[in-house]
Amino acid sequence: MSLREALAGEALVFTGEVGPPKGIDCDEVWEEAEDFRDKVAAVNVTDNQSSVMRISGLAACIKLKQMGIEPVLQLVCRDRNRLALQSELLGAAIWGIENVLALTGDHIALGDHPQGRPVHDLDSVTLLQAVTALMNGRDLAGNRLDGAWKRVRLPKPKDGSKQKRKFKYEGPIPEKCPTYLPGAVVTPCAEPVEPQILKLEKKVAAGAKFIQTQAVYEPAALERFMKAAEHVGVPILAGIVMLKSAGMARFMNGNVAGVSVPDHLIQRLADASKEDLQKVSIDITAELMRDMAGMCKGFHLMPLGWSKPAVEAIEAAGLS
Amino acid sequence: MIIQKQKAYENIEEMLAPYQKVFVAGCTECATACKTGGEDEVAEMKERLEAAGKTVTGTAIFDSACLRGEVREVSREHQEQIEAADAILTLFCGAGVQTVGNYHEDTPVVPGVDALFVGETIRAGKYTEQCQACGDCLLDVTGGICPLTRCAKALLNGPCGGYTEDGKCEVDPDTDCAWLLIFERLKTRGQLDKIRETQAAKDHSDHHPPQTYKWARPKKKKVKPTA
Repeated sequence: MSLREALAGEALVFTGEVGPPKGIDCDEVWEEAEDFRDKVAAVNVTDNQSSVMRISGLAACIKLKQMGIEPVLQLVCRDRNRLALQSELLGAAIWGIENVLALTGDHIALGDHPQGRPVHDLDSVTLLQAVTALMNGRDLAGNRLDGAWKRVRLPKPKDGSKQKRKFKYEGPIPEKCPTYLPGAVVTPCAEPVEPQILKLEKKVAAGAKFIQTQAVYEPAALERFMKAAEHVGVPILAGIVMLKSAGMARFMNGNVAGVSVPDHLIQRLADASKEDLQKVSIDITAELMRDMAGMCKGFHLMPLGWSKPAVEAIEAAGLS
Repeated sequence: MIIQKQKAYENIEEMLAPYQKVFVAGCTECATACKTGGEDEVAEMKERLEAAGKTVTGTAIFDSACLRGEVREVSREHQEQIEAADAILTLFCGAGVQTVGNYHEDTPVVPGVDALFVGETIRAGKYTEQCQACGDCLLDVTGGICPLTRCAKALLNGPCGGYTEDGKCEVDPDTDCAWLLIFERLKTRGQLDKIRETQAAKDHSDHHPPQTYKWARPKKKKVKPTA
């Protein structure tokens, strides 16, 4: 079942995530993707995540597709201008990769090439506009995609007057246009949240058909956000980054804007013995999903390598 | 103003190493305000170079080092000193360096200053970037705060998720999130609708460097002499 079909269905939807490596040794990524097979509707493939240079996300998505696993191609606006982003999108389409997630991207200064020049030619909203334009047989500049339009000769005027236009274009021809399921992200626990909602509205207007959120660990916060975002009318998958340790949770609180792990969760991780840590992490993830299941369309799990525990959490939650 | 800072003296010394006789030039505009190439800095540089064994053939402060006519005029006044020099050390922004260099094609021009940005002076010695000279000002929409300049990601349609609870940018905890500033200002004014409309991807087509600009002068109307 595709992500599109899953989102249209009644059941809760789960998505996973893998991060391509810096280098060509991708075995771990394929293994992690394999863990998610049949357990999630789709697996996100990150795009130079954390502004760290890695192997192309599109290349990894193609591989996943060949493995029979549904990928979500993440595209950030940091590394490519509007030409490169659109050409990447067209490339995805010929490999049957439909799901694309438009993101701003972390700032280049936070990654491993801070010397580089960030692009940000488009932002997540205008990238979504580009996706929508391509689906309608045109690029962002309004040019027609090759083959997507039929050129038809106009009849000569019978009165012999000068013909202004000799041709017209009919189309777009749907089967010659790429199809995408555009997605976007939002940070539900950002404070204040109104600017997030305002941008979310723009993303949906630009064509976003699903939303995956930044990590949420407080059901009450998600509930507040969902109430404020009720009117946008697209399915929202709440994000959860698997908490691997108390230290990691504290690090996220101190360093990742818009993410807040409550103290009681940190305490549980801190109290766990080394052997139990993964079990506690799975329990926390499963509990969060159970608590938030009534609020959203599903969950986007960001396991940071912990694909097996993520799948265990989905099973432990007993929601699917 | 073009905010600028003087290069490290060691760096200047290195660039001047091949030249014994140097003419030092400053500018009364931004370079004076930023204390990179005003009268004081030019005098100080002269002293320093002489102490290091260089011969300073003369000094001049242009009214505007980026004004071709001014550079020509002042250069004529100092013609002998400049001709005697092996190089001209300039203590102003790159626009001035090139204006001077274009006039004195045979004399190497050594830049003693790094131009940083177009900005506001908060107080002497403290500056903040405000304008990209993008050629298509949208400050009317964004409440007088430029997201192209002041948002680290130059976002035109609202903030990313990277602002902290105290309203700072994740890239730099000392920098305000431009979009929160915009949001709060427009909210106070009751003008949030201005940013609800999506800003299309910016059209750079008329603004690719190197740019030139020329006044479009209206044709003079012929006035019939009145009888």
